[in-house]
Amino acid sequence: MPSWPEKREYIGSHAKRIDAPAKVTGAAKYASDVQPEGWLYGMIYRSKWPKAKIVKIDLEKAKAVPGIKAAVFAPRFDQPDQTSRYYGEELAGVAGTTKQGCLDALRVIQVEVKEMPFVVREEDAKEDTSPRVWDDQPNLSKPRLKENGEFDKAFSECDAVVEGFYTTPVQLHHPLESHGNTISAGGEEITAWASTQHVVGVRSDLAGHLNVPQSKVHAICEFMGGGFGSKFGLGAEGGIAARLSQEAKAPVKLMLTRFDEALAVGNRPSSFQKIKLGAKSDGKLHAFELDSYGTAGYGSGGASGGGSASPDFPAPYIYKVPNTRVKQSTVVVNAGVARAFRAPGHPTASFGMESIMDEMAVKLNMDPVELRIKNDPSEVRRKEYALGAEKFGWKQKYKAPGSSSGPIKTGVGCAGATWGGGGRGTKAEAQVNPDGSFEIRCCTQDLGTGSKTVIALIAADLLGIKPEQITVKVGDTHYPPSGGSGGSTTTASVAPAIYDVCTKALAELQKQSGVEDARGDKWAGACKKLGLTPITVNGQWQEGLSSSGAGGVQFAEVEVDTETGFTKVKKITCVQDGGLIVSKLTCESQVNGGILMGIGYALYEERVMDKTSGVVLNPNFETYKLLGLSDAPEIEVVFLDMPERGVIGIGEPVTIPTAAAVANAVANALGVRVNSLPITPQRVLDAIGKLKNIVPAAAA
Amino acid sequence: MSESKPKDNFSVSRRFFLKSFGTSAAVAATVQVEAVAAELEKANSEKVYGPGTVPITLQVNGKPLKLNVEPRVTLLEALRNHSNLTGAKEVCDRGTCGACTVLLDDKPVYSCSKLAIDSQGSKITTVEGLAKDGKLTPVQQAFIDQDALMCGFCTPGFIMSVTALLKQNPRPTADQVKHACSGNLCRCGTYPRVLQAAMKAAGAPVANKTEVISYAKLA
Repeated sequence: MPSWPEKREYIGSHAKRIDAPAKVTGAAKYASDVQPEGWLYGMIYRSKWPKAKIVKIDLEKAKAVPGIKAAVFAPRFDQPDQTSRYYGEELAGVAGTTKQGCLDALRVIQVEVKEMPFVVREEDAKEDTSPRVWDDQPNLSKPRLKENGEFDKAFSECDAVVEGFYTTPVQLHHPLESHGNTISAGGEEITAWASTQHVVGVRSDLAGHLNVPQSKVHAICEFMGGGFGSKFGLGAEGGIAARLSQEAKAPVKLMLTRFDEALAVGNRPSSFQKIKLGAKSDGKLHAFELDSYGTAGYGSGGASGGGSASPDFPAPYIYKVPNTRVKQSTVVVNAGVARAFRAPGHPTASFGMESIMDEMAVKLNMDPVELRIKNDPSEVRRKEYALGAEKFGWKQKYKAPGSSSGPIKTGVGCAGATWGGGGRGTKAEAQVNPDGSFEIRCCTQDLGTGSKTVIALIAADLLGIKPEQITVKVGDTHYPPSGGSGGSTTTASVAPAIYDVCTKALAELQKQSGVEDARGDKWAGACKKLGLTPITVNGQWQEGLSSSGAGGVQFAEVEVDTETGFTKVKKITCVQDGGLIVSKLTCESQVNGGILMGIGYALYEERVMDKTSGVVLNPNFETYKLLGLSDAPEIEVVFLDMPERGVIGIGEPVTIPTAAAVANAVANALGVRVNSLPITPQRVLDAIGKLKNIVPAAAA
Repeated sequence: MSESKPKDNFSVSRRFFLKSFGTSAAVAATVQVEAVAAELEKANSEKVYGPGTVPITLQVNGKPLKLNVEPRVTLLEALRNHSNLTGAKEVCDRGTCGACTVLLDDKPVYSCSKLAIDSQGSKITTVEGLAKDGKLTPVQQAFIDQDALMCGFCTPGFIMSVTALLKQNPRPTADQVKHACSGNLCRCGTYPRVLQAAMKAAGAPVANKTEVISYAKLA
C-alpha cells in the first residue's frame, strides 16, 4: 500500500501558489481572453416571456445587420410552436465582428408568441389554482417520505418540544467569469476554450452536440474564473456558440452577460422547512419531523444542461434522532433551473436544523454547545466543538438571548457540518527532461482552488526538487483524463495520481541513469545521464492515499443594530478536519472563501422574482448583493491535522455551517429569531416588532 | 472610485456656464436662452463622430495604441476586444464590480463605464503595464505572498485599486484600504488576504492566525 512521505517539506507548507504570477500580471488567459484568428463576438437572444408558445422566430433581419456573420436557433427552437418555460430561456444566437453589431442584431430579431399564464413564486405555485408549469403534472410533487423508529408515539415521550418554520432563498452562483466558451468549429478540428469545472465533459458534450467523434474535439481550460458548481458540461450557451461557429466558419467567443447569469445558468434551490423537534429533559434528541418544499426552477431538479440539483436536503442533518419523519416535495415555477451549488443541500439543511437546535437549547435552558456535544454522533466534531469553544471564548461570550444592553446587541452562535469529499479516477503523465526540468500533464482543472499548486508541491516532495523546477499542465484534453471538479473531490482524486506518476518517474530515472537515489542533490546529475531522450511515464489514482468524510464546526459573533436592523459579523472561528493538508496556503484561502460565501447566504443573497411580470428583479450586482471587503469579519482558522487519513477535500464543508452559526448569533443577540435567510435589516426590524406600524408584515 | 476629468468641451463649458450665470435668476432667465443657443451652435459645429468607426489613439502602458472603433465602444472593449490587453476583465459591464479597473492618469477608473474615444489624451495603465522588465511591483508581489487571489478574475481590478491607493497614500490604514477597495467585488472570498496584501505592500507587518493542531494529541 502506498503512503505519503513521513518527512514533508512542501506538502502542508505555505509554499506560494504557482500560477499566482500569471494572475497578478494579467498574463493568465481565461476562456474569455483567448483571441483565435478571426474570432467573432457571440450573443444569445433570450425569451422575454415567463411562459409562452414560441410560434416562430425570424432571424433574417438579424442576419442583415452589418458585421453579423451568423444567426442560429437554440436547440429545439428551430421547430415552430415550442414552449418556453421561463424568462431568459435561450431561443437563438448571433455572431458578428463587434459586440455593438450583435446588440443591434438582437434588437431586430422578430418572434411571434402566444403568451401563457405563469407562476414564479413557490408559495403561489404550490396552490392547485395556480397556472401549471407543465400541463401534465401539478406544480407541487408528491412528498418523498422517510420514517425511522416509532415516530407516531415519539413526541408524546418527549419532555421538551419546539417547532419552527424556516425559509432559505434561491441563491445565485455569480462566478465573476460568466459562463461561456470560445469555440472554433468551422473546420475539421474543433477547439473549445471553456470556462468549466470539467474539461473532459465539455469535450464529450461538444462532440455529442455536433455529432462528431470525440477524437476531433479539443477542449482547453487553463484558467477559469470560478464556477461553484454551476459550470459542468457544455451548457446551452456552448451549443449555441458551436452552431454559430459552424455557420460563420470562424471562432466564436460567447460569454454570458451578468444579467444572463441571473436567469439561466443555475442556482441553489430554495427551501421552506416546517420542523418539529423533541428531546428528553437531559437534552437527548428523541423525535424529529420535517415537512419541506422548495424549488429548483421549472425542472424537477433532475439532470439539466450543465448539471442538476434537487431541493431535497439531508435531515435531521448531522444529528442522529431515533424517531424521525421526513417529508420533502419539489415545487416547479417558471424560472431557471437549479444546478449544484457549493455543498448542495447542506447549508440549507444546516440552517433549518441548527436553528431548531438553538430553539431547543433555549427551551431546555442549556448551553447550545453543550446540547450539540450531547447529540452529535461524530467524535471528531465533538472534539472540534470543545476546541473551538475554547479558541472562540464561547464561555465568556455566550449570554442569555437578548440580554446585551444598548441599541447594538451582540450575540454568538455555532453550527456543525459534514461533507464527503474523497475522489478517484484521475490519470496523469510525467516527463523527466535531460536538463532536469520535470513536467506533469493531467486534464484536471484549477478553479482557483489551487490544483496546479497541489500537484507541484507533491512532486517537489517526492522528487526532492523545488516546486519552481516543475511545470504543471492541466485543463487540456490532450492530457490524460480526470473527473469534474465537484463535491470537493479534485485534490483527493488528483493527488494520488501525482504520487503514482512521480514514484514511477523516479524509479525509471534511477533505472536508466544508474543513480541509486536520484532525489534532491542527485536529481540534476541523473537527468543529465539521459542524453537526448526524455523519460515519459503514466500514472493513475491509487488506493490508500485519500479518503472521504470531513467534519467541521464554526462559531459566529455578531452585532445587530436594533435601530437600523443592520447585522455585522465580527468574527468567525472555524475548526475543520481536512485529512492531510497538501497546500496550506491555498487551503486557508478556500476556508476564508467558504466562510465569506456563507455570510453572503446568511445576510445578503437572494434572487427576487416579480410575481406580476415573471422576471428576476435583481439580475445585477447593484441589486443582488455580494459581500464586500468591508463586510468581511475577522476569521480564525484551526485545522485538525489528520495526515494518516490521506487527502480529503475542503472546499465545500467550510461553507456549510456559516449561515446557521450567523443566524443563531443574531437570534442570541435579539432574543427573537429571524426565521428566513437572508437576514436583511427589514427582517430584523420586523422580528423585533419595529415594522408593525410602517409596512405590512407580508412585505417583510 | 474617482472619476477622471471630463475631456470633451461640451461638459466643461456647461459647467462654466452654470457657474457664471447661476448667481442671478433674473438675468439668467433671458441670458440663459441665448447662452444655451450659443452653446448648442458651438456643439453642433464640432465634428460629429460615428456611427461608423473612427480612428483613435490611446496611450496605454507608455505606448500609443492606434485603433479604429465605433464611438460607442468602451475603453474596456477597446483594450480587450480591439487589442490583446485582456488583463482588465469584463464581469458586470455596468460599473458595479471593479474587475475592469484601470488607471487613467494614475486614478482608478471603471473602464467599462468610460468610452474609448473619451480616453484619448490620458495616460492609461493596465495590469499588464505594472511590472517593468519582468520585475513585479510590491503590490503584485504582496498579492502572491499573501495568496490574495483564487480564481484570479477579480485580481487585476483589486491590484489596480490598491496600486492607485498607494500612489496617493503610501501608508494607508486598514480602513483606508477597505474604502479604496469598496468598488471591487470578489466571489471566491479573497478579501481578508487582499487587505493583508495591501498592508504588506505598504510596509505594515502582517500576521497569519491559522493554527494546525494534531488530532491525535487532542484529549
